[in-house]
Amino acid sequence: MSTISSPVDATYIPLWRVRLRLFWRAVKTNWAMFAENPIGLFGLGLIIFFGLFALAHPILISTVWEAKIYDPVNGFDIEIPYHPSPPSAKHLLGTDPMGRDVLSQLMFSTRYEFALGMISAIVTVLIATSIGAIAAYYGGITDILLMRIVDLVIMIPYLPILIVMSALMRVGMIELALFIGILSGFGGTAIVIKSQALTVKVKPYIEAARISGGGDFHIIFTHMVPNLLPIALLYMMFVVTGAIFSEAVLSFFGLTEIDMSWGLMINTTQVFGYIMRFDAWYLLLPASLAITLLCAAFYMVGRALDEVVNPRLRER
Amino acid sequence: MTQDNNTLVDVQNLSKLFPIGQGVFKQAESFVHAVSGVNLKIKRGESVGLVGESGCGKTTTGKLLTRLIDPSEGNIFLDTDEGRVDIAHMRGKEMKIFRRRVQMIFQDPYESMNPRLTIYDTVAEPLNVQGIGTVAEREARVSDLLETVGLTPASSFLFRYPHELSGGQRQRVAIARALVINPDFVVADEPTSMLDVSVRTGVMHLMQDLADRFGVTYLYITHDLAVARYMCDRIAVMYLGKIVEIGNTEDVLQHPKHPYTKALLSAVPVPDPTYTREPILIKGGISRPVDPEPRCRFYDRCPLADKICEGNDHPPLEDQGGGHLAACYHI
Repeated sequence: MSTISSPVDATYIPLWRVRLRLFWRAVKTNWAMFAENPIGLFGLGLIIFFGLFALAHPILISTVWEAKIYDPVNGFDIEIPYHPSPPSAKHLLGTDPMGRDVLSQLMFSTRYEFALGMISAIVTVLIATSIGAIAAYYGGITDILLMRIVDLVIMIPYLPILIVMSALMRVGMIELALFIGILSGFGGTAIVIKSQALTVKVKPYIEAARISGGGDFHIIFTHMVPNLLPIALLYMMFVVTGAIFSEAVLSFFGLTEIDMSWGLMINTTQVFGYIMRFDAWYLLLPASLAITLLCAAFYMVGRALDEVVNPRLRER
Repeated sequence: MTQDNNTLVDVQNLSKLFPIGQGVFKQAESFVHAVSGVNLKIKRGESVGLVGESGCGKTTTGKLLTRLIDPSEGNIFLDTDEGRVDIAHMRGKEMKIFRRRVQMIFQDPYESMNPRLTIYDTVAEPLNVQGIGTVAEREARVSDLLETVGLTPASSFLFRYPHELSGGQRQRVAIARALVINPDFVVADEPTSMLDVSVRTGVMHLMQDLADRFGVTYLYITHDLAVARYMCDRIAVMYLGKIVEIGNTEDVLQHPKHPYTKALLSAVPVPDPTYTREPILIKGGISRPVDPEPRCRFYDRCPLADKICEGNDHPPLEDQGGGHLAACYHI
């Protein structure tokens, strides 16, 4: 064979660059499918907006905003006699009953909401994918045990458990994200991923891999998991929504040890008795709207991804 | 047959029983005798065809020989550099080494490749898993083989995905993948049945060509007698988990001994409208061999069945001359 392109050929391209190019091509084709859906684009736009919103806070604090006045936790504007104060040129969304800038609080909290959503989603999906793939691959007693654990998790009323947890111990942002990730229901995701794994498991390429000498680990991680990842990614989006929502609920009850979050902003409003006062809308509305919009954004991206992942939903 | 050095695979009394209704806390009530007491010798460099209708245990036999499923009983001896080894009860590391010697080509080229891996990854997987060669060596070996199986230029196929290839091209990739670690023995499970007739001969020709070039021994599993005739030196006819007739291809096809083989041959259409042939009638259809009666497996459908067949166990394979064996009391 003299005509083959051997590694010494002039046109030889290293393997990793070929892989990078293939990855880029896959990203482009998937993006084309995703971009067809206006809902997904809108959701992605919202997420990007919130991302920039979060990034802008440290920049504003270090340049335009005076830290003493605009600090989201300890700031106080002594020039204004009565707090809370309605929106003004100095405080675009007004100040809260403790004299802190609402816009600054809103922006400061965004990064934590993102981190919380992402950490808990990754934890959930990691657990769900491992359980789904392992249960489907091994079957038998392993399958039964893992699936009963999943049933248990589905049954657990996780919000009351989180409330008890936060009463017993100090629950910061990371702990909360992990708790939500573990408890808030990898159950449903695991079942869906397992059903997908069952259809992958019986494909002849799994047998072909075994005939080549591939062990269980090799088969699960190079053949099964890549075929499960699209669905896992999809469910990740939905878990983010749930996590942000749960955090808001817990913070509203004042059960978390978090400096500032959207739920805590609503909690402050409630504690000072402004929750039913529509003239103080600037206390309640920004945080609630932010929670709703960010949850909706992740959900919309999830729906659009669903169409990319699931060809049956595509209108073609 | 006497034990000679030329035998590559020697299957002795191989059986596979599948339990029915078995649970974690429940014993199986009955068993499907998918393969029972199969004896088969395959010489080095020879192609043996395994024919039979659907559900007769052909594919199970193939999977047993590649150890995709564990045999319930019996031995499979493989002639290797270290002498004869029994692969029926291998485990762990030994098994991984054995995987280098026996490979399989699957029926469906659309399902036998992971849609998320490129052609290179698919073909190089055996090398990868077995840890043979460096990355550059593997790449050279893979493109070399792709050219050999007729996918030229290899560089334009290496980093494509399976869905970008046609059925014939995919089956060529599957062949390349099976041969990439230089196996001695390849089980081909109906490799051409999913292909268009127009590309079928091309793939069959390629497989013969590669057998000559790399010294590969094939076990061909097929239900197409024409394919078996084209590809194989010897044919074994299977019925309900038993080999009922085995012999040289032309012997078996021209002078079938067993009533089942005769019926099978009479079902092959002849492209001549004026040709009339005595139809050989067999009753009913193939059944699942669930706990079969200890008598000839073909008894229920056999036109020759009588008291001898009913009273005795399944007849043994007996030599009818010239290495042509058949299992029937009425020959």
